Amino acid sequence: MIGLVNLLGEINPVPWARSQMAFTLAFHIILVPLGVSWGAMTLIANYKAIKHDDKDALLLAQRWSKYMAVTFAVGAVTGTVLSLEFGLLWPRFMGQWGQVFGVPFAFEGLFFLTEAIFISIYIFGWKRLKPWAHFWSGVPIVIAGIFGSASVISANAWMNAPSGFTLNSAGEVVEVDPFEVIFNDAMPLMAAHMIVAAYVVGGFMVASVYAVGMLRGRRDRYHRLGFLIPFTVACIAIPIQMGVGDSLARWVYENQPMKFAAIELVPETSSDVPETLFGYLNDDGEVVGGIPIPGLASILSDPSDGTATVIQGLDSFPEDARPTIRQVNVVHLAWDIMVGLGTLLFLLSLWYWGTWIFRKDMPQSKLFLIIASSAGFLAVVCMEAGWVVSEVGRQPWIVYNLMKVEDAATANTGVWITFIAVLGLYTALGITTIMVLRGMSRRFRLQHEAGQPDDAEGDDVPYGPSAPPDSSHGDKDGEKVLTS
Amino acid sequence: MATAAALVLFFAITMYAIFAGADFGAGFWDLVAGGTDRGAGPRGVIDHSIAPVWEANHVWLIFMLIVLWSCFPVAFASITLTMFVPLTIIALGIVLRGASFAFRKAVLNTRSRRRFGAVFATSSVMVPYCMGAIAGGIASGRVPDGGVAGDPVDSWVNPTSILGGVLAVCVTAFLAATYLVFDAHRLSDVDMVEYFRRRALGASVVAGVVAFAGIFVLASDAEYLFDGLTSRALPLVIVSLVCGVGALWLLIRQNHRGARLAAIGAVVSVIVAWGVAQWDDILPESLTVDDAAAPNGTITAVLVATGLVLVIIGPSFALLYALDQKGLLPEESVPEPTPNT
Repeated sequence: MIGLVNLLGEINPVPWARSQMAFTLAFHIILVPLGVSWGAMTLIANYKAIKHDDKDALLLAQRWSKYMAVTFAVGAVTGTVLSLEFGLLWPRFMGQWGQVFGVPFAFEGLFFLTEAIFISIYIFGWKRLKPWAHFWSGVPIVIAGIFGSASVISANAWMNAPSGFTLNSAGEVVEVDPFEVIFNDAMPLMAAHMIVAAYVVGGFMVASVYAVGMLRGRRDRYHRLGFLIPFTVACIAIPIQMGVGDSLARWVYENQPMKFAAIELVPETSSDVPETLFGYLNDDGEVVGGIPIPGLASILSDPSDGTATVIQGLDSFPEDARPTIRQVNVVHLAWDIMVGLGTLLFLLSLWYWGTWIFRKDMPQSKLFLIIASSAGFLAVVCMEAGWVVSEVGRQPWIVYNLMKVEDAATANTGVWITFIAVLGLYTALGITTIMVLRGMSRRFRLQHEAGQPDDAEGDDVPYGPSAPPDSSHGDKDGEKVLTS
Repeated sequence: MATAAALVLFFAITMYAIFAGADFGAGFWDLVAGGTDRGAGPRGVIDHSIAPVWEANHVWLIFMLIVLWSCFPVAFASITLTMFVPLTIIALGIVLRGASFAFRKAVLNTRSRRRFGAVFATSSVMVPYCMGAIAGGIASGRVPDGGVAGDPVDSWVNPTSILGGVLAVCVTAFLAATYLVFDAHRLSDVDMVEYFRRRALGASVVAGVVAFAGIFVLASDAEYLFDGLTSRALPLVIVSLVCGVGALWLLIRQNHRGARLAAIGAVVSVIVAWGVAQWDDILPESLTVDDAAAPNGTITAVLVATGLVLVIIGPSFALLYALDQKGLLPEESVPEPTPNT
């Protein structure tokens, strides 16, 4: 036993802890937009259904709520893993800062409870609750989703802009001002950026499924609605996101110059800094490759000063207190991907709005549908890239300028084992989730073609919910989930 | 202030135990329900009973963790460092359990259902065992103070932990069976009422025997806790005993509602007894609640959040359960609308 412990003792847990946290967060963050915005989109369909006695919208809302039951469950359990990981991977961070960092989470717990309760009432209440009572039972899901993500982001923002506490001479937290912690300087813009992102990403994700259906010739009203509702939501959100993102970048320029230097790939402090598209830093810290746009980074940082705006370079920070060259390159590339894809999605929304204004209908061309069907995937990549900018750009700090990641990590040398276990488990979980969602959609479609309700049982099912009384159905295609 | 935070912590633990505990226990009965055909009846009741509520119940665990790390950060660090292995098993088990339960409901083919069901049921036993083992390790003073790791193996593989784990599995199974009797009754499924009533009786006897054996384990392995349980926490231990026996008697008399309440009483009083017995330590014999407590600002924030939970979540939770118990949240099945023609 001791020999084994000694052997494993040589494996540094920090990179493994980092990888595990990054991987589980990257996985969970894909489910977040669905948890936050899908409820709102379902309610839009539900409202339309009740208000205009629209059967297509009703069917859509009901099916969405069934898919949501699956994605919400997966989101709930992967979220639980994250809260256990705070302790398992970063015990020294939690021991020192848990009393500060934990404050926003107390409220997140409140909102998450609300969301879980009402999502259950909504999902299970279709049959017996009165239509409007049922509709209203869905509203708290939307509100709790927004406030819940604001709480989580508040904690994350606090890591970027720690405030609201007093340390004694030994560096221990002796006083906490919860208000200052929750509403730290980075919180308003970061929270807005993530909440709007949830609507952009959730909207494009759901819409892309129906775009694929339409490309396959399912051009009925049901698919049209299934596309229009989420796509419109996303296209309303994306211009807002451009504005919020721009303000946030300027906030980072003013408050986190180190992260900004990494974003803009600025090795040395200067004015008239070019905006370098792609490119990277070599081992000597010089910019290599890429397409420089003269002066643009300076102009964007402070338009009033134009190219005279000075941007602090990486060289103005001690080497052990700034991201490594590799990290800088990751941040810069992620930034380019985020801005690039965000702009692409924004242009797609312009196309959509333009066609509505001039032709009074959505774009019908195949090209538009092909791009729209990949928009969900692109939006997810865009969001992941943005998250990489935020997290890797903060390195080497876990609490900006106060605690380094390596000082926060567990000393437990078994982390590499749990990382491999988590990797395997989550891969299986991801594949199974997609398969289950696709299976549901295929089943809905086949049963529709056979004139049965969604919940009709196959003959080989020995247990499970009893089938509701049969009702008549027309021939209508179902949908295909996550085909791409 | 520190005391208030400790009360909130135990409130969360208790809520988790009586709500989510029953969901875990239902997983135990799912596991032992037998083959596909034989187990169809009980599994139907189990699905019906826990599907609308398990996620909301599960959130109490997150709330409990939040209270622990916010209000007692050092204790949280010590516990997570020491209990790395069982906590990792819990994390993975929760993923497997929740996801496979949701998947089982979403798929209709028998083979996939059986697989997801098996994963759901196995992890439903594994997770409470590990939680009980962790509680045992903490209660027997095996988690050191100061954000350092205790023994990675002995801290959760020891007599008190084994007792805690086995007791947790028995108690959740007992709790679940009394709930399921009630649910089967509501569904007017006479066979299933009898089925779960017999199991509730069996589980209560087994839980009683384990608890009795536990007296000797604690006397030798966790003296600090044993002293507490036999002195200031004694009234609570007696209440728990009375509730347990009462549940047994009410089950025999077929008073299902009463039996369920008595079962809840038994579980709540055991948990509170644990807290009282190790008071005023949060990590027995190494860290007191006062020393571990976060600054007042943090605790105030947590108390405010808890107050809001009581004000907002209380009625919502009551609504969810009222709707569920009245059968207004039947199944995911929805009468399909007739399409526009």
